[in-house]
Amino acid sequence: MAWFGTIRLVGDAGEVSTLTTSLAEIASSDAALRAFLHGLPGVDRVGADQRAAMLGTRSIKTTAKAQAIDLAISMVDLTTLEGADTPGKVRAMCAKAVRPDPADPSVPKVAAVCVYPDLVAGAVAALRGSGVRVASVATAFPSGRSSLEVKVADTALAVAAGADEIDMVIDRGAFLAGDYRKVYDEIVAIKAACAGDGRDAHLKVILETGELATYDNVRRASWLAMLAGADFIKTSTGKVAPAATLPVTLVMLEAVRDFRAATGRVVGVKPAGGIRTTKDAIKNLVLVNETAGDDWLTPDRFRLGASSLLNDLLMQRQKMSTGRYAGPDYFTLD
Amino acid sequence: MTESGRLAVRKTYKLYIGGAFPRSESGRSYVVTSSKGDFLANASRASRKDARDAVTAARKAFPGWSGATAYNRGQILYRIAEMLEGRRAQFAAELADADGVSARRAGELADAAVDRLVWYAGWSDKIGAIRGAANPVAGPYFNLSTPEPTGVVAVVAPQQAPLLGLVSVVAPVIVTGNTCVVVTSERAPLPAITLAEVLATSDLPGGVVNLLTGRVAELAPWLAGHMDVNAIDLTGCDEELAVACERDAAENLKRVLRPPAGKIDWSADPGVERLTAFLETKTVWHPTGV
Repeated sequence: MAWFGTIRLVGDAGEVSTLTTSLAEIASSDAALRAFLHGLPGVDRVGADQRAAMLGTRSIKTTAKAQAIDLAISMVDLTTLEGADTPGKVRAMCAKAVRPDPADPSVPKVAAVCVYPDLVAGAVAALRGSGVRVASVATAFPSGRSSLEVKVADTALAVAAGADEIDMVIDRGAFLAGDYRKVYDEIVAIKAACAGDGRDAHLKVILETGELATYDNVRRASWLAMLAGADFIKTSTGKVAPAATLPVTLVMLEAVRDFRAATGRVVGVKPAGGIRTTKDAIKNLVLVNETAGDDWLTPDRFRLGASSLLNDLLMQRQKMSTGRYAGPDYFTLD
Repeated sequence: MTESGRLAVRKTYKLYIGGAFPRSESGRSYVVTSSKGDFLANASRASRKDARDAVTAARKAFPGWSGATAYNRGQILYRIAEMLEGRRAQFAAELADADGVSARRAGELADAAVDRLVWYAGWSDKIGAIRGAANPVAGPYFNLSTPEPTGVVAVVAPQQAPLLGLVSVVAPVIVTGNTCVVVTSERAPLPAITLAEVLATSDLPGGVVNLLTGRVAELAPWLAGHMDVNAIDLTGCDEELAVACERDAAENLKRVLRPPAGKIDWSADPGVERLTAFLETKTVWHPTGV
């Protein structure tokens, strides 16, 4: 491969060397980008599945579990992305984000709330001064089937309304058709829109891995998004099944680890969709620790996109503090 | 190997949770012996996590079961009786082993269990007439009280009477629309698991009845303290355990049925007390059309 030195992946022994070619050069032409992405080593599907399954069997108990639950709560992007969302529902969710369990002030606040662009202003007002960030999906979420102008305008609107983070979707159609340049340019354009208005909103790029068909494609899309300037790469919209499976998160964690080794830039990972239980969340944390390393175990670098997960985390937390199993009757519906 | 050269095929006695027959998550089992002390089988020894899973299964089954028509629930209870009748010989043999009674007496006990189910099946659409009312109120309203199921009921089945006693505590709970998690007789759990095979083939939705075998003193406190259990029947607890469980049950104001200490005669007319113990009353005010 002319475009980079050796990028070693998945448990390979040996040093990870840096890219021999500058990032700008990779993105300089469609052919160069294509050659780079297709030059990435393939993912061993069986190996990835097996490693994720094996890490999923780790037993996390007592104090470690208590720590993991609090960490997971602080990493939650509390999400509501329904057609039936109302300003009132968003306000209620914001209250929950700041104080997840009204009866227990020792519960940490969540990382962010995630809403549609038109509801950002309400969420910003409700969360002012709380330290909880406001994320907004944009770019014709969830399908991403619109023109670049519309997507940029969508993003600019959310940023202007006060969103701290933008969750964009990539154009899966273009990606699957092999038009990587188009996907790249779109991410660059949205990144520019995030920086507009004198603000610097973080950009999360949703790969929608459930539509990418192969782990090789997940790896390519991860690198493509990171090269284009993503601050976070996110698995799914939550509207497509399968959403955030463990092996997919594993592949993405390997990508951010290798990207930092190659470029020095740190990118975060956000699995979203289908993470409903404390057990799922803890499996994800184990995966992070064993793949990207424990410096990724912070809300700045790892998030969990979820809605029903938070209640299960709270129920587990209450069970650990009271010694009796908790019931959903004593937590808010969402 | 037997004389005919055939290997004996022994049944593995497992738990019954959510319509499936899993082993205990803990992997534990305990030895069940006959009344004479002979080895009968290894039964699963459920852990608190099995109890938790059973409560989850019972909660999931509750909307469907409580929403079913009383007629339908009665039919299903009757179906259970039919299936039990078909396995009469198997139950009689297990009861003879467990209780050391004669084959004839064991058969009578199995018959009594069938009759008990049929008796409770008939109550499904009649309990409303006994416990409901059209209340006379001082205003232009229809005022109607109707009995409603309480929710998920934890049942500690009696240690004696492993089949008739079990049926007599489970049937009144489910016929009114509750779902339940049952801790079976610790000493004689085998008829309970065979009953689970009957339940699984009786159109009873999975999760309506969940059966746990194991140590009562280990499981009952977790169920009594569980915040997603709405009521508990302490029939099979000894005095000391029952007191502790009743205290734990107060945390989320569970309905508690704690029969007076002493031997219960399960062959006596049961009355409606066990039916009404796990009912709540809903009262509706409706304007009269004038």
